[in-house]
Amino acid sequence: MSAVLLGKKLGMTSIFDDAGEQIPCTVIEAGPCSVVQVKTKENDGYNAVQIGFEDIPARKVNKPLKGHFEKGKTKPKRHLEEIRFEDDEIDKKLGDTIDVSEFAPGDIVSVAGLTKGKGFQGVVKRHGFGGGVRSHGQSDRERAPGSVGQSSYPSRVFKGIRMGGRMGGKKTTVRNLRVVKIIPETNLILIKGAVPGSINGLVKITKL
Amino acid sequence: MDKVRLVETTQIKPELTEFKPGDTVNVHIRVIEGEKERIQQFQGIVISRKGSGLNETFTVRKISEGVGVERIFPVHSPRIAKIDKIRDGNVRKAKLYYLRHLTGKGVRQKTS
Repeated sequence: MSAVLLGKKLGMTSIFDDAGEQIPCTVIEAGPCSVVQVKTKENDGYNAVQIGFEDIPARKVNKPLKGHFEKGKTKPKRHLEEIRFEDDEIDKKLGDTIDVSEFAPGDIVSVAGLTKGKGFQGVVKRHGFGGGVRSHGQSDRERAPGSVGQSSYPSRVFKGIRMGGRMGGKKTTVRNLRVVKIIPETNLILIKGAVPGSINGLVKITKL
Repeated sequence: MDKVRLVETTQIKPELTEFKPGDTVNVHIRVIEGEKERIQQFQGIVISRKGSGLNETFTVRKISEGVGVERIFPVHSPRIAKIDKIRDGNVRKAKLYYLRHLTGKGVRQKTS
């Protein structure tokens, strides 16, 4: 069973490793998460566990959710996430807690999060277009997309042509990131490099 | 953000030689060559200190065989064994980048 943990991105810093190398890393407050529901093939048609992250006061949850958490023998949580399993064996029980001890320095993980919203952006930022030339008498073509189609045939713009539009605010996964350090006392996990999302944003860490 | 600071404070060197731009320092650098570890020294004038906390760096400039050489070190790097202050400098700027344009006697720093 691959370890999955929900966490909160706290920001970036850099630390020194044993060789004295300075490593840029993201600090994530991960877990503890508790198992709220176990789904089995007999009952639900597939194998999965639902984990919850971040305690919230009981008055913040509505009655249906309150019942759900009582069934799961856990305190009410802010975030719920389902993790599916292919094999039949699930070694987690209701009310179990998962924390950073499932990870170790050197592990390769993928991190998923909601990217920062960038608003309406042009093609240069959004799709990496080169834009036009700056000289040769050009006045308004510097960040223009160029041609979007052909001529009288087909007389229309094909679907899927990359143009400006809303950018960011999408769920993105970054794979093959390395765990640099684990601090179990404060539930912190340090991952080399950047991860998607804003500070205090929810991220999901999966061991690869 | 406080917890990020917490991570950093565990790595900050508790005892640090105080030095400022203008000072002449001798930096002892740990160099690892294969199995062996030896100390390399780099002596010159501190021309800038940048950043804060764990991510603070300083730049040391010296003239080596007529060529100006600058090295940037992280202040809290474990690769720095020791920083010796050779001379106090008396300068009026935080960044001594103007030294790059000076040669010969002009490079000499006032001492306090």
